[in-house]
Amino acid sequence: MNDPLLDVQNLTARYGESQVVHDASFHVNQGEVVTLIGRNGAGKTTTLRAIMGVLRTREGSIRFGGNDISSLSSDQIARRGIGYVPEERGIFSSLTVKENLMLPPVVSDKAMPLDEIYSLFPNIQERLSSQGTNLSGGEQQMLAMARILRTGAHFLLLDEPTEGLAPIIIDAIADVIKVLKARGTTILLVEQNSRFASQLADRHYVFQDGTIVKEFTNQEVLDNPTQVERYLSVEVVQEEEGSDA
Amino acid sequence: MRILFFVSLAIFALVAPFLFYPIFLMKILCMALFASAFNLLLGYAGLLSFGHAAFFGTAGYVTAHALTSWNVGFELGLLVGIISAVLLGLAFGLIAVRRMGIYFAMITLALAQMAYFIYLQAPFTGGEDGIQKVPRGELMGLIDLSDNINFYYVVLGICVLGFLAMYRIVYSPFGQVLRSIGQNPDRAVSLGYNIANYKLGVFVLSAAFSGLAGALSVIVFGLASLGGASWHLSGEVILMTLVGGAGTILGPIVGAAIIVTLQSSLAESGQWVMFVQGAIFVLIVMAFRKGIVGESLDPHSNVRKALKNIKRNPTDKKAVSAVEGATTGTTAVGGDN
Amino acid sequence: MLDVFDVSIQMVMGQVAIGLINGSFYALLSLGLAIIFGLLNIVNFAHGALYMLGAFVGWMLLHYLGIGYWLALILVPLLVGMLGIIMERFLIRKLYDVDHIYGLLLTFGIALMIQALFLNIFGVSGQRYPVPEILKGTLNLSFMYLPIYRGWVIVASAIVCLSTWYLIERTKLGSYLRAATENPELVQAFGIRVPILITLTYGAGVALAAFAGMMAAPVYQVSPVMGVDIVIIVFAIVVIGGMGSISGAIVAGFGLGVVEGLTRVFYPEASSVVIFVVMAIVLLVRPSGLFGKAA
Repeated sequence: MNDPLLDVQNLTARYGESQVVHDASFHVNQGEVVTLIGRNGAGKTTTLRAIMGVLRTREGSIRFGGNDISSLSSDQIARRGIGYVPEERGIFSSLTVKENLMLPPVVSDKAMPLDEIYSLFPNIQERLSSQGTNLSGGEQQMLAMARILRTGAHFLLLDEPTEGLAPIIIDAIADVIKVLKARGTTILLVEQNSRFASQLADRHYVFQDGTIVKEFTNQEVLDNPTQVERYLSVEVVQEEEGSDA
Repeated sequence: MRILFFVSLAIFALVAPFLFYPIFLMKILCMALFASAFNLLLGYAGLLSFGHAAFFGTAGYVTAHALTSWNVGFELGLLVGIISAVLLGLAFGLIAVRRMGIYFAMITLALAQMAYFIYLQAPFTGGEDGIQKVPRGELMGLIDLSDNINFYYVVLGICVLGFLAMYRIVYSPFGQVLRSIGQNPDRAVSLGYNIANYKLGVFVLSAAFSGLAGALSVIVFGLASLGGASWHLSGEVILMTLVGGAGTILGPIVGAAIIVTLQSSLAESGQWVMFVQGAIFVLIVMAFRKGIVGESLDPHSNVRKALKNIKRNPTDKKAVSAVEGATTGTTAVGGDN
Repeated sequence: MLDVFDVSIQMVMGQVAIGLINGSFYALLSLGLAIIFGLLNIVNFAHGALYMLGAFVGWMLLHYLGIGYWLALILVPLLVGMLGIIMERFLIRKLYDVDHIYGLLLTFGIALMIQALFLNIFGVSGQRYPVPEILKGTLNLSFMYLPIYRGWVIVASAIVCLSTWYLIERTKLGSYLRAATENPELVQAFGIRVPILITLTYGAGVALAAFAGMMAAPVYQVSPVMGVDIVIIVFAIVVIGGMGSISGAIVAGFGLGVVEGLTRVFYPEASSVVIFVVMAIVLLVRPSGLFGKAA
């Protein structure tokens, strides 16, 4: 585990004329769970989109498995084994749950077989013929993760998986991520909920105004949570919101 | 510099009938008026109508009918034609402004085609033959308009008044609201403007000036025919505006001159006119979306991209500021209001 | 013998049959247009010209190469579909980043070029295309006589429309299409080659138009102007059915064909405009179309 699986150096990303990410450098080692923590608008989602090749107005070096992927199209990047679960989840309303699940093509032989997926996500098995968007927010999040697991992607980009979800669901998601980690999946996680993140992550990078200002090991965060939380705009509110179930 | 330009343009306009065939010049003027009317909708309010010939043709038929069957004078004939176009504009507008963009274009096309089919069958239009021998009459009982040169100056005067009126509209408060709707409808709504009413308003104004152009045209040629209401003419006026440059005052005029000249020079070669027009469409859309006047006046190519982004996504602040910075309409004429 | 409002049942059924035939072409063309619009978000004005091209390619295959109807029915959509693929790949694709109005204008320009080309070569008058041997003759249904070829048109179009519907709504490939219509960026980020999907979809829509043209050749005369009037009617139908709605296109296509036919029986002068009138009414009452999603 000498070279990082993902190595990003001096990443700069723009939307039109405005620069959203400046000179961000970080890496993720094989098997790690690393989080990008920061406020809304700090540049975390943009960074994920840049890595995935969805956002193309970017400069800097993005290396995956030792190879430069910055000139590849997003479908080529996906087929290299990177799976993307976007913030808005992206469940398609004109597809059934089953169709949503089966949509992304299998990209490796480490693909999780369907019965294993159903055992991890029993809710999905019950609702296979519903339209995708008839599911609750939490169920959609599960579906979004399940369909990427089915592809066998071994590096996941998860953008705020717990946003707007009830505590029970958040715990369930944490369990899924733990299972994935045990299987050796590498994960880059974007989160504002530092308590959630510190259950799972090995390291944290703090994003502020489009650049990385700090790096913490998980132990440092566990020893002193407030040093991370002061970079976030709002105290963790998920505990008070009883939104989706 | 600009004064020199306009003075020379004026001089040219005044001596032109002695250099070129007056009917040809009058055709350019009518088409320029038509294209400018169309441009009010496309270039400033951002609405593409694919059925504008309906207003041109309807006014033409009504004016022709008034001058031949009801025996009214020249001025009244024009007026009646314009009114008919306004009424039709109101009717079409009420139906069409509910949708935007692509839908608006298709709906206007379908409505215009409906009018075309009605005219094809209706007795008063004379069907395939049209209304013929439309008289020129006299201007205020004094000037004999059957003389081509006289009539040229009258048409020139009317068209120039039309261009000036449209210029005033574009830069009036009404026009400014219009342009803001074209650029950022959501913001306009939040400021309290009833967008639908403004769109309807500009649609009717555009129809009125198109009607004036159609009515004049019928008197110029002494004939009202189905061609004046056909989809082909609707396509031509779009072409003229695009070639010259939408969203500029001079653009449609330049575009009309070019296309009409092109048509006369290719007139002998049968259907190649249509082929060349199609090819020009393709060329303009792929490479020269700002048109001749637009391209030569705007140094920032961001304008082009920004305008498109706006029409697709009106809340794109970046695009709006890029457009606001580039001032499409004002640079064309050079006037600042 | 039954009489409906002083008109014989035979006349009504006869016009309904003609309406279904016209409706078959409306449905096929609306379907292609709706598929293209759904994924590419452009209104393919060239659809009418490509329909006409389909008929002419079929005619030319027969006239110059002796290739008959049945083989042409397969070749024509393939050939014209390939032209569509070339158009998308080299022209239409460049316009995805700008206002979709330009897609409409581009395809309009292409339509003009195709139509002008054929007008120059063949003139306005139409060429005849013979009905294939097997389908000649008339069926005697008790309430009317139905030419067999016309029955074939209705049946074949219905089969093609329903198969296309099934392909899009019930198969995996269809799920790719539906998902890409909603969120092409995400679908590509899953590893699906969306640009190729788009190109092939445009080709398929064009192939449908060409297929309709080939079917139309023995019914109407093969003429360079056969495309332009029909495409505007099809626009109205697609607006009525709901832009981008597959089922809307099929139902509205057949339905309005019948409406037009019935109008011809009871109020002939209005038959050429009734579809537009229906469109105007639908727009006032339900602007997103009968099957469309609210904008």
